[in-house]
Amino acid sequence: MRTAVITFPGSNCDRDMAVALERASGKAPLRVWHADKDLPERLDFIALPGGFSYGDYLRSGAMAANSPIMRAVKREADRGVAVLGVCNGFQVLAESGLLPGALMRNAAQTFICRTAALEVVTNRSLFTSGYEAGRTIHIPVAHHDGNYFADAETLDRLEGEGRVAFRYHENPNGSQRDIAGILNAAGNVLGMMPHPERAVDAAHGGTDGLPLFKAALERLAAA
Amino acid sequence: MKVRIHVSLKPGVLDPQGRAVHHALEGLGFAGVENVRIGRLIELDVADDTSDASLTEMCEKLLANTVIENYRIEKAD
Repeated sequence: MRTAVITFPGSNCDRDMAVALERASGKAPLRVWHADKDLPERLDFIALPGGFSYGDYLRSGAMAANSPIMRAVKREADRGVAVLGVCNGFQVLAESGLLPGALMRNAAQTFICRTAALEVVTNRSLFTSGYEAGRTIHIPVAHHDGNYFADAETLDRLEGEGRVAFRYHENPNGSQRDIAGILNAAGNVLGMMPHPERAVDAAHGGTDGLPLFKAALERLAAA
Repeated sequence: MKVRIHVSLKPGVLDPQGRAVHHALEGLGFAGVENVRIGRLIELDVADDTSDASLTEMCEKLLANTVIENYRIEKAD
């Protein structure tokens, strides 16, 4: 199992992500710097962590989406390699076009930092197969720009194709249709605002994030 | 050549920042403000022979997120 965590200038959840991946797979992920042009070979899973890449200048995730390493990430995603973007990582995936829509400023204009109750909308994906569909899980959120926007046609398509992975029970940020996380059409790319890597140890106050990593990595190892 | 790129949220996209400023203006007693939308002004100094196509590409690839934003290119004399 070969996993990697990308670090952009301003990433601050990269170590947490690395700890979560190691806990789930038993093996430490490779660490990749944003200015690298190439990823390590034969990766199974690439994680884009939370934080404030490039200071959130211009728009959250906009500069990172155009960084050298993202060209390589796009190539790997197109080949079917699993890519998980959390929080700022989700913003980077949306800005890079790997996922549809955009993450806007929270509707209430405030930074939100608390644990959110999420509905697992589908368990028919690499990332969500460790949960029962319809189950409620508790995952921390911490963001200022988590207000998911897409036009009605795109939202209908996401719902119709079973690509909404998670929904908020109590929408904290104004996201269209309570969306907290979405999949790409092929199902190998997941972007989500809540932080599953902050819920992999009982000392965090909960371990509801662990099944995401465990199920994905076990399925990839078995493939 | 100086170029100004005006980036604004598309009509219909909620602008909570604009709404907050609208409320603040009302709080200050300015009546008759119907609506406030906040955008971004990006000034570029570019070579005189920079093509319109190149400026458009800059906007589409980076300066504006066309999912939620419109842009207008203004060449200053």
